[in-house]
Amino acid sequence: MDIHEYQAKKILSSFGVSIPRGGIVYSPENAENKAREIGGSKWVVKAQIHSGARGKAGGIILCNTPLEVAQATDKLLGKKLVTNQTGPEGKIVNRIYIEEATDIEKELYLGLVFDRSSESIMIVASTEGGMSVEEISKEKPETIIRSKIEVAVGIQSFQARELAFGLGIEPALISRVSDTIVGCYKAFSELDATMVEVNPLVISKQKQILALDCKMSFDNNAMFRRSQVSELRDKTQEESKEVYASDRGLNYVSLDGNIGNIINGAGLAMASMDMIKLAGGSPANFLDVGGGATPEKIVKAFKLITMDEKVRVILVNIFAGINRCDWVAEGIVQALDKIEVKVPIVIRLAGTNVEKGNEILKKSKIEYIEANTLEDAANKAVKALGK
Amino acid sequence: MAVIIDKNSKIIIQGFTGKMGTFHADEMIKYGSNIVGGVTPGKGGTKHLERPVFNTVKEAVKKTGATASILFVPPAFAADSAMEAADAGIKTCVAIVDGIPSHDMIKIKRYMRRYTKSGKMTLVGPNCAGIISPGKSMLGIMPGHIYKEGRVGIISRSGTLGYEAAQQLKNLNIGVSTSVGIGGDPINGSSFRDIIEKFETDDETDAILMIGEIGGPQEVAAGHFAKENMKKPVIAYIAGLTAPKGRVMGHAGAIVSAYGESAIEKVEILKECGITISKNPSVMGDTVKSVLDKS
Repeated sequence: MDIHEYQAKKILSSFGVSIPRGGIVYSPENAENKAREIGGSKWVVKAQIHSGARGKAGGIILCNTPLEVAQATDKLLGKKLVTNQTGPEGKIVNRIYIEEATDIEKELYLGLVFDRSSESIMIVASTEGGMSVEEISKEKPETIIRSKIEVAVGIQSFQARELAFGLGIEPALISRVSDTIVGCYKAFSELDATMVEVNPLVISKQKQILALDCKMSFDNNAMFRRSQVSELRDKTQEESKEVYASDRGLNYVSLDGNIGNIINGAGLAMASMDMIKLAGGSPANFLDVGGGATPEKIVKAFKLITMDEKVRVILVNIFAGINRCDWVAEGIVQALDKIEVKVPIVIRLAGTNVEKGNEILKKSKIEYIEANTLEDAANKAVKALGK
Repeated sequence: MAVIIDKNSKIIIQGFTGKMGTFHADEMIKYGSNIVGGVTPGKGGTKHLERPVFNTVKEAVKKTGATASILFVPPAFAADSAMEAADAGIKTCVAIVDGIPSHDMIKIKRYMRRYTKSGKMTLVGPNCAGIISPGKSMLGIMPGHIYKEGRVGIISRSGTLGYEAAQQLKNLNIGVSTSVGIGGDPINGSSFRDIIEKFETDDETDAILMIGEIGGPQEVAAGHFAKENMKKPVIAYIAGLTAPKGRVMGHAGAIVSAYGESAIEKVEILKECGITISKNPSVMGDTVKSVLDKS
């Protein structure tokens, strides 16, 4: 789960990380007042969307008067921002963060992620803040320093200090940079985060250490014990069909193609998408209805897929394990009884009681194309596009 | 003797009396697995499915001599249950449960560092289908009847894709020595490398089919291990050619976040390691057959 910049800043600040003064607003009047309240002579108006690279997309505006702050807010609110991370549909701006402008002396990069090889938390830092970590590793890999933190004992002061010295920080500021690193680590480990990124972490002309932009992501599996974090979810930043799916216990990812998929199991779903591509087609989605594939889930899945206007063929591929194909077939018949589907449907059943399952489908009134293997299903789905 | 479990393996069910535990315990008993009892804290002293229920794993191990366990406890309590099994001297523990936080998985693995290599429990999963040695024992939730007895070892992150492979092999009259589902989570108990190493020394396995997917370093690590240490042929399929970068594809661990984690990159690296690649998921069986025919 991702959260907004201002939410991440608030969290990190509670772990001792310094941030510029700022506040969240929802209207231009609000914004003007907030600018006066913050004080100073320059402000930054920042569109809050779940994406990086907002600056290049016009989502971050520097202002010299509270009136300009109001105007910038007016310009951004309700707008769809398209960045290189949002896809062409962009993301809607519903919240604006007003922040005092910072006189930057130096920009650094600081990121924390799980390292799956060592199964520890990895801290990555670089002197080249402001660029994305991908750009840094491509263009200035020699500036990247890493430190693996043993989670059983947590971060030690020397590790934070080594990173700070590694970044070439002047001695007088070492302890404050170290404290910032320790604060980010604690936020990561105490809140079940999967990613914390401060980019840039800046040294201001006044020698303050400030987190200027922050991103945090959290482990969805841990939200049951992190109610304060899960409350920060902003569904307006997620694709609407993906929200519909996640609210109903379906694993769904929207894609660009036109063959809709209903599959049980994540691996089989990815494999079916691969087969569609090899057959010359393109999947409209990834959808895993779960290993169990209960009839209720299948009904929900058909509802979801028919919401997608791109879909011109639906491919159902179920490998029945402990559940049986006859049961799955009944689920499909029930679903198609309730939901009108106007595009061709290709169905491939396999596993337990496959003959019975296919018999139920044949005896029903539903119109469909039967397939026997993964390959057969993908080929027939692509062929059906032409109909 | 099969690679991880055999006919005599004494198995207990953790979370025995719950709905999931009951259903799958019954399936395993029908398959012929030697289920000797189970654990549900607070229900010790009662009987369930004609087998004794214990309050703690320690007690269950002491009374039944169990060496294997399978977890059907909710995600919030799964880490605790896995550590309890390790502490009680269980040798093989399968965690079926989907939804264990990554921080908890790391905690389990750190906890298990207290044991010597020979004394350490083999944890398989979480978010997996479990282990089956066809005709001998099933410590999992798979449909046992699709597996034919034979000499190919299967390791898969995905449950249903593992079933697909077993079915393709069965259709070609090829059987399976043991199939291990290692699960779809980013941090798991046993890696591809851990399991292919066991298959290499298993005298009932001739070849290994490894079914991977996007995300994480484990397929590549197994490839390097195979190149340097293995004599038996390894065949691999990697799912997720069409998966977009940076998105989680169902499995929490199926996300491309670094170089070498996409399907195309993994396939390239595995080829360099001398592993035979199944070009697409519908020819996993055929690819295994062609390798077996050559050797």
